[in-house]
Amino acid sequence: MEYRDYYKILGVARDADQDTIKRAYRKLARKYHPDVSKDPDAETRFKELNEANEVLKDPEKRAAYDQLGNNWQAGQDFRPPPGWGQGFESQGGGYTQMDPEAFSDFFETLFGRGGFSQGAAAGQDFYSRSGRGAQRGGNSHAKILIDLEDSYVGNARTITLKHSEFDADGRPRLQERNIQVKIPKGIMPGQQIRLSGQGEPGTGGAAAGDLYLEVEFKPHSLYHLDGKTVYLDLPVAPWEAALGATVRVPTPTGTVDLKIPPNSRAGSKLRLKGRGLPATEPGDLFVVLQIALPPADSEAAKAAYQQMAKTFQFKPRAGLGV
Amino acid sequence: MTGNNPNTSLVAEEDFHLTLGELCRVCQISTEQVLALVEEGVIEPAGPEPGLWRFQVLSIRRVRCAHRLTQDLGLNLAGAALAVELLEEIEQLRARLRRWERLER
Repeated sequence: MEYRDYYKILGVARDADQDTIKRAYRKLARKYHPDVSKDPDAETRFKELNEANEVLKDPEKRAAYDQLGNNWQAGQDFRPPPGWGQGFESQGGGYTQMDPEAFSDFFETLFGRGGFSQGAAAGQDFYSRSGRGAQRGGNSHAKILIDLEDSYVGNARTITLKHSEFDADGRPRLQERNIQVKIPKGIMPGQQIRLSGQGEPGTGGAAAGDLYLEVEFKPHSLYHLDGKTVYLDLPVAPWEAALGATVRVPTPTGTVDLKIPPNSRAGSKLRLKGRGLPATEPGDLFVVLQIALPPADSEAAKAAYQQMAKTFQFKPRAGLGV
Repeated sequence: MTGNNPNTSLVAEEDFHLTLGELCRVCQISTEQVLALVEEGVIEPAGPEPGLWRFQVLSIRRVRCAHRLTQDLGLNLAGAALAVELLEEIEQLRARLRRWERLER
């Protein structure tokens, strides 16, 4: 088990007063809240912060933690000193507001042997399981990351869900299960998929709850999305834009030949009707033209540019008043 | 819960609406809290009265986010409502920024 430096996690000195600790915690909690932060480690950081705060905000727990001494380094192999756990009134009072699975073994060894107070965990975790009163099983939530193509085709995806279950000794244990989900055709980011009966099991023979999956899209190398509308940035040569051309263009449903009208400008949008995300009224695919300049990297290329300069009395900065 | 055969495809519903009761159960919050979020305009149900309200599926995400923010950061509902809207706006701006950054490459 690794020692955790709660002072370091909150970025405060070991002799910091309670107000300083509170301020440091609140500031970092805002920064690393998983709904706010885009940091991939935000959820881990947020849990660490809460664990550190849980200990340091409580004078009793803090005093107990301080008793371990300050010679420990974060990550160092930790074994509780002999006789640890005797004489602390707060034993068993851990996890007051928190999700038990969010806390480390280190915390649990120090403060958490007395069992878990269940039920207050809702909303703390991104895959939270309610476990509250009703006969029917609780609903579960998870996120699912899919590709744009999955939404076009309605692919089946296997996802792995992790959740904790309490074993016979009342200790949470991480369980994994795989389920295969057929992605509904035309689903958009932020939408929910409901899987009936895949939530928490009911008690006393009652029905299981439902599983809700929040859909997120992986960033795509070619396309980006706005609702049902899909955009593709298409580089074209200056002469293709100026003279018009028919070019091969990728779309999520296959390559098409696209006619570029003469005198097209950079940023022009060409619409491929109905080639956005599928739906009763499918979205459109917009091809946005980008003019790609060929490099002047040879004598012939330079000559061609010089020829253009002579041919066009072109004043690109005419609108700037200089 | 375990041992679910991964080879069976599950029936997935996407285009569904939720009643007030369903939304409360799904998000594990009280009716009063949902009413307050409607009051703040975080979620907008269709239907003339609470008994007939129908919420869009996107409401789930908003309600859960607002609820987590009030619980974890001690925001009040108005603050959480503002945060939810700003977070969505940031999300949209980030998507646009990603696009422009890609163009520059």
